Amino acid sequence: MSGVSAKKEAPAAGSSSRPEPDWAAVRADFPALRQSVRGKPLVYLDNAATSQKPQVVIDALRQYYEQHNANIHRGVHWLSEQATIAYEGVRKKVARFINAPDPRECVFVRGATEGINLVAQTFGRKRIGKGDEIVLSTLEHHSNIVPWQLLCEETGAKIRVIPMNDAGELLMDEYAKLLSPKTKLVAVTHVSNALGTITPIKRIASMAKAAGATVLVDGAQAVPHQPVDVRDIGADFYIFSGHKMCAPTGIGVAWAPLALWNSLPPWQGGGDMISTVSFEKSTWAEVPAKFEAGTPNIEGVVGLGAAIDYLSAICMDRIAAREKILLQAMEAAILRVSGARLVGTAKEKAGVASFVIEGIHPHDIGTIADREGLALRTGHHCAQPVMTRLGLPATARASVAFYNTLEEAAALEAALRKVVEVFGG
Amino acid sequence: MSDLTDLYGEVILDHCKKPRNFRLIPDATHKASGANPLCGDHIQVYLKLDGDKIADIGFLGNGCAISRAAASIMTQELIGKTKLEAEELFRKYHAMVTRDMGKPYEGEDLGKLAIFAGVAEFPVRVKCATLSWHAMEAALKGGATTVSTE
Ligand SMILES: Cc1ncc(COP(=O)(O)O)c(C=O)c1O
Repeated sequence: MSGVSAKKEAPAAGSSSRPEPDWAAVRADFPALRQSVRGKPLVYLDNAATSQKPQVVIDALRQYYEQHNANIHRGVHWLSEQATIAYEGVRKKVARFINAPDPRECVFVRGATEGINLVAQTFGRKRIGKGDEIVLSTLEHHSNIVPWQLLCEETGAKIRVIPMNDAGELLMDEYAKLLSPKTKLVAVTHVSNALGTITPIKRIASMAKAAGATVLVDGAQAVPHQPVDVRDIGADFYIFSGHKMCAPTGIGVAWAPLALWNSLPPWQGGGDMISTVSFEKSTWAEVPAKFEAGTPNIEGVVGLGAAIDYLSAICMDRIAAREKILLQAMEAAILRVSGARLVGTAKEKAGVASFVIEGIHPHDIGTIADREGLALRTGHHCAQPVMTRLGLPATARASVAFYNTLEEAAALEAALRKVVEVFGG
Repeated sequence: MSDLTDLYGEVILDHCKKPRNFRLIPDATHKASGANPLCGDHIQVYLKLDGDKIADIGFLGNGCAISRAAASIMTQELIGKTKLEAEELFRKYHAMVTRDMGKPYEGEDLGKLAIFAGVAEFPVRVKCATLSWHAMEAALKGGATTVSTE
């Protein structure tokens, strides 16, 4: 009954030779979407916050605990070997999925937030000092702002910010002016979670490199929605979360070239990250183990592997194309509601329709939509600088995934009409 | 729809659109601001006390329908009350909006404030309905210091 056969080995993320999937069957792979909420079918439009999980991912977790559960890298026994094979096998899948040259470059972390903190605490502490500058963009999620602020407090480095226009596009000329020999790091999002803007990340990266800076890309909203090729982008660090791409919570990936990882000090100390330990001195294990202290989230890794197989079987190009159609339908639905306007109208957008309705607070939109079965996000979306720049306290946000439907765009329109009706519009 | 109108009743919507006492009190003796960072709501409450009595009260700020209406109606209810009465009213109001879901409100008569009884069915909105009240309480507690430090 599965919409896609996810048993095959994952091909490279972008290959689009496969036929158009049966999207209704794909949707049926997601048990959570079959529910009703307050007597209405659930319309899940909060995918930028987290995605739903297909049955194959849920089954993979169950199968892991029923058949393969053991601690990894530790036992000589058969079961531990099985768990280790499963865990390291997923690292290879991740590498292929983002076109990383070497699986060892993919460090498992708890999510994008932890990945960015890992880089701030290792690369940042070692390479960024007083008088140095870190360039961020207005679009950043708080998780790509606060770790750098903490680092700046500690080291005396400074943050510079790439401004954006009213549409939510970064001002590249202004960016060029910010770059100088003082710039040690450029840390920018690939896709904005608040506005959906796809940033010109290749250009951002190449300009940073030309200025001698290291580049970190927050890929939390990109990897779930489009093919990502870290080599092509030219980033030094590329970071993303599993839970936004059909995998469980608590697992993510921080990628960097092997030489860069090798040049950094370890982060957390503990088991698995050492080579030898004595009370005088310990020596570090090789990358990636050096950055994976302690028993990791093995079930999360297994689930991430199943999610990558699942997405690859559909094909990321097809997912991106499907979501583009869905996003356009959502935006059109919003614009048909009187007093509604889109917030974030960049030429290049993915997945996210942020909006406001004249005279109605986003919170009230969210509550009334919820009564219609719709899951929308309202608030500042952990991107307060975006809201401040646009002079808005908050927005409502509908964010799509490939399993959404055009009927759900109609449901969004109907729910927003109800919002306006309640407010006597 | 019936449950929605519990929250977005006529009176609440009226106060949202035309908030009463939506003004700064230049010679306030007490003031405080309340923020709901997650929603981006922000409110300032101004009180002018005459002895122990609330002679005047106003508010300014930005927020959802519930928080605006709650602030507006709060100002109407508190004018003329003593500090102690205001605090007591907040206690009862708080108990009403935070009672268990699905339970009818059986507490003391809260007069006009009873229109917020429906908020209890929307737990995530409780903070909207109580933001201005928390600010009012902080203003009364902080007194003149709050005024001068701002
Ligand atoms: C653009 C962006 N960066 C980073 C994050 C943080 O991800 P996580 O909460 O999974 O660590 C998110 C998630 O909301 C995001 O949307």
